[in-house]
Amino acid sequence: MAASVNDTCKQSVERTSLNPTSFQKKTRNKLLSIPGTRLSVQNGQLLVSTGVTSLDYVLGGGLAVGTVLLIEEDRYDSYTRMILKYFLAEGVVCQHELFIAAAQDHPNDIFQELPDPILDDVVMHKPADQPRLSSEPHGNLDAMKIAWRYQNLPKVQSGLASSSRFGHYYDVSKTMEPEIRQAAKCHHFYLPEHPRQSSATRSPVLDSYAALLKSIEEVIRREGFSVAAPLTKSRNILRIGLHSLGSPLWGDDLCCQDNPKHSHALTTFLYGLRALLRSSLSVAVVTVPSHLIQSRSLRGSITRLCDNAIALESFKGSERETGPLCKDYHGLLHVRQVPHLNCLTSQLPDHKDLAFKLKRKQFSIERLHLPPDLSETVSRVSRADAAGAAALASACDSGNKHLDF
Amino acid sequence: MFAELNSILNVSPEHFSTGEFVLLSDRQSDASFLLHHFLGFYLRAGCQVCFVALAQSFSHYSAVSQRLGVNLSQAKEKGQLVFLEGLQESLSILNPHDARTGSEAMDFLRNPGAGLQCLFQFVSSSVDHSRGAEDGGRGPPVLLVDDLSMLLSLGVGVDAVLDFSHYCRTAICSQLKGNVVMLLRCDGEDDDDDDVGSDDGSERLLRGLTHQCSLALHVQSLPTGYCRDIHGQVSSQVVQRQAGGQQRKMTFHFKVHDKGASFFAPGTSSAVL
Repeated sequence: MAASVNDTCKQSVERTSLNPTSFQKKTRNKLLSIPGTRLSVQNGQLLVSTGVTSLDYVLGGGLAVGTVLLIEEDRYDSYTRMILKYFLAEGVVCQHELFIAAAQDHPNDIFQELPDPILDDVVMHKPADQPRLSSEPHGNLDAMKIAWRYQNLPKVQSGLASSSRFGHYYDVSKTMEPEIRQAAKCHHFYLPEHPRQSSATRSPVLDSYAALLKSIEEVIRREGFSVAAPLTKSRNILRIGLHSLGSPLWGDDLCCQDNPKHSHALTTFLYGLRALLRSSLSVAVVTVPSHLIQSRSLRGSITRLCDNAIALESFKGSERETGPLCKDYHGLLHVRQVPHLNCLTSQLPDHKDLAFKLKRKQFSIERLHLPPDLSETVSRVSRADAAGAAALASACDSGNKHLDF
Repeated sequence: MFAELNSILNVSPEHFSTGEFVLLSDRQSDASFLLHHFLGFYLRAGCQVCFVALAQSFSHYSAVSQRLGVNLSQAKEKGQLVFLEGLQESLSILNPHDARTGSEAMDFLRNPGAGLQCLFQFVSSSVDHSRGAEDGGRGPPVLLVDDLSMLLSLGVGVDAVLDFSHYCRTAICSQLKGNVVMLLRCDGEDDDDDDVGSDDGSERLLRGLTHQCSLALHVQSLPTGYCRDIHGQVSSQVVQRQAGGQQRKMTFHFKVHDKGASFFAPGTSSAVL
């Protein structure tokens, strides 16, 4: 019996030596070959990274192709802009095509400010951080034991990360090298440069939004991003970044008035955008200054017309910036909506208390926790009060004294 | 189709009452899983179904129904399902340079103030057509609308949507003895501050439709906050107009799974028992 096992082992060894590629890559789908994408475990959707690894985790693995991510801007639009740049930079590194639209700054300026990718930082965990194995007796002796009951508990990780590596890391203190940038194909839409056309007066969409929608559609059609397009060349992903939609510079009056005249212009545009994206290999990030919009129902319908929605609430300018509780973070991140796409459930986050911080080089999202209060003037019940209360309690009900603490 | 919901509502694909107007609504939650339930339910019951999908694409509904054991493309080929894909149809209207013309159902996009006659014509023709052609073993006609709030977002007025729902109710529930299921997604903070959101479009629409409906299922998030094991609560209200205003109201919790949903009485989640 053992001999036969040995024989089969030998045979298999020989076979593997003859044919080293016994493992064949499963190529079920042609879409799989697009760089910078992966398939969702849950519903088989094609995902791309947002560029911020922790944000990918919050959104259930990444952005599904064909969906829109809405980012509600923080008060000074500094962090939102950074996430948008991360998203575009990830597109440049993965050699996706870009489409940038803005009304305030020129898209070229946004494009030039993209953060620098760190392409060789595969080693993230230092060996010293790894938990010691039990086969190191002297190491165990050296380690200080605080409480033996806690030693088997898993180490709490406040940083969010998925198990497999997806997306890249970026250094926000530097901008991307020009040669990397120039390799990417980028389409611009800058509203002031765009010729105004007053033909679409009967359309409910504003001229600016109609022109933008038309321009996106043209790019999708011309460059073959449509799903229906013939498979002549290899497919690629189009990343669309739309900056500060709904702001007055787009000719919209959502933010200025209580009862805006064009109250359905933005929602109709987002409906058209969703229709475009669902039938093409593209993914969009839209930032909206929604804290400027007065009407709550309008904010709700904007959220519902996008698939993912997150909101950034920065501490800048509020008293929490200097307060001792949140000094580790720069703001809170609210997940407003996660998509139900091709499946009944959505990937619900474990917890909704999330905060973001901007380190020297990196933007990251962590779960919010308060630091231990180490100051002398902690407002606790002082010992004398506690003793007094205990005495009082024992006087009232001496039988239950062992329950008091 | 969720078996537990059927037993709560006391219906089955073999045995259900007709002439009903079911209103699904949600607030700070997502009630679209109930719409998938009703879609599967009526397709299994053999009804002639007209589905007006404004919120998502056909592939989405098809993929979800596949998991629930219903094949939408097959039903579409058989003619049992008439599917209006609002997203696709709207593209040719929002980008007018395109020469191709879809059906005229989404023509209200050109002038949202004018009302929803074109959409109602689409509904009534698809229901009538199927009855005229081959009325073999098909059951009563059913209309499902995914997300009336999309119509509001596209600029259609509240009164126009109410007119549309009233016409549908008259044509399908009363004349043809069929059923209508409509989904409306609201966005208020909660129920308490009704005065604040009173001039809100979706709130007014919700009140108007609640007045018309015969069964209201309202989905909302848990009042005690976010929970991983309980996704929200559904309150169902059966309105009986004839029998002296006796109304039954029930509240139960739910959890949506990958291939279905479970409904249970408040406090009896499997996570706490």
